[in-house]
Amino acid sequence: MKVTIDGQAIEVEPGTTILQAARMIGGESVPPAMCYYSKLKGSGGKCRCCLVEVAKGSEADPRPMPKLMASCVTGCMDGMEINSKSSDRVKEARESVTEFLLINHPLDCPVCDQAGECDLQDLSFEHGKAKSRFIEEKRTFEPEDIGPNIQLHMNRCILCYRCVMVADQLTDNRVHGVMDRGDHSNISTCISKAIDNEFSGNMIDVCPVGALTDKTFRFKSRVWFNKPYNAHRECTTPGCCGKTTLWMFGDEIQRVTGRKDVYHEVEEFICNECRFDHKTTADWVIEGPRAFDKDSVINQNNYTQELETVVIATEEGILKGRDQDRKKISMPAIPLDKDEEADFKQGNI
Amino acid sequence: MSIETISLSGRKKVVSNKEMSFLEKMYLLAIVKGMIITIKHLFTRKVTIQYPEQVREMSPVYRGQHQLKRDEQGRENCTACGLCALSCPAEAITMKAEERKPEEKHLYREEKYASIYEINMLRCIFCGLCEEACPKDAIYLTTSKTLVASSYDREDFIYGKDKLVMPLDIAMQNAQLKNAN
Repeated sequence: MKVTIDGQAIEVEPGTTILQAARMIGGESVPPAMCYYSKLKGSGGKCRCCLVEVAKGSEADPRPMPKLMASCVTGCMDGMEINSKSSDRVKEARESVTEFLLINHPLDCPVCDQAGECDLQDLSFEHGKAKSRFIEEKRTFEPEDIGPNIQLHMNRCILCYRCVMVADQLTDNRVHGVMDRGDHSNISTCISKAIDNEFSGNMIDVCPVGALTDKTFRFKSRVWFNKPYNAHRECTTPGCCGKTTLWMFGDEIQRVTGRKDVYHEVEEFICNECRFDHKTTADWVIEGPRAFDKDSVINQNNYTQELETVVIATEEGILKGRDQDRKKISMPAIPLDKDEEADFKQGNI
Repeated sequence: MSIETISLSGRKKVVSNKEMSFLEKMYLLAIVKGMIITIKHLFTRKVTIQYPEQVREMSPVYRGQHQLKRDEQGRENCTACGLCALSCPAEAITMKAEERKPEEKHLYREEKYASIYEINMLRCIFCGLCEEACPKDAIYLTTSKTLVASSYDREDFIYGKDKLVMPLDIAMQNAQLKNAN
């Protein structure tokens, strides 16, 4: 099936969603996604950030879709034409969605541990307004303790349901969920239970905002002062790959997370033992520095980015010099002949 | 043009050994010429001031010693967000954050505060980018006339919170001023 997104055509398998097709193309036309997570089944369709305009429904029915569609849950049709960033309607809609998401968000980025790798920060930077029009009091919740490893800040939550899906799909019994309805809905455990499942730490990684953060990293450092490294260890927990990113400050491991790709989705899930219990370098095999997006604040003072090599447009081999000249400077690879050597010593060549 | 007369800079002067006339040998005209210039300067504006008695007007953009501000209730504004350290081109600022305890609510404005905040005054270039980056109105470059007090030890130039945080009595004065207005 052929779909066209912002004028770029791509062949996709039937059953691919528009968002997945856009991610195959990559670049500017990829819609932002706050709730969709490709590794979690059934995610998406909640935040409305990924709205796109379908200018042509399909080859069989070329009428445009009247309303903007959520690209993460809309399947591609043959001959579909989609406008993502190129459409003013989409831009305006995303701006409004961002404004709505920020209505009850406390905007405490200077305090928040997620700042610097936060999806909502990226979204509001790209699509949001510089000023808030909201003057009413923001909705707040009482802080709740949900265990020794994970810190819950309900005020920051945007109700994407990713953490609920992690608990459903990775752990065997879910003890937390979304309580109440409408404006009152909040993430909470069932009657103040502690979340202690071996894979519960992945809730931190999937959370697009700072609602679920690592208690062992709480206020230790800002994200951009740490140096991220790829590392792995032999993990005995079934289902854990042991491949992580270590966030180091000097020789000290401040935080361990899964390896996140360009869409801030972890490549593989890791267990709590890897995440919380191994904070010495002796436990890990460090593979090398982890690369991030060019514009990420994490790259501050980081020189691991690939530098462009300078190509000088000349005839091939011209920089090597003439054969006799190369011999003159006595390159070990091109040695002088015996009689040439005698001449060279007299300076005759 | 011959090589002798070419002047690339345009300032080349030809020196002559011409014999001076009698009038020129008296130097009277030259002295009068010089005196005119001297007397003219008596009536122009003075460029110097009598320093300790007189002081020059400060520039409105003058940037002096840093200060970490307190709000009207005397709580520290700084939340150790690290943006000043990030923006600092001289890498003079370091900090360490800590979580506020419930009994410290009157000391710090937000959940998180800087337990250590240091500026290396030997590195600081007083550019004011920290002030510009601060989202919490916490750090300001004051109009204090001493930039950095002199000392023999390098350690003395690393200013901690003891030297940077606004004294409580000034915070109280500010609060009173604000209430009076």
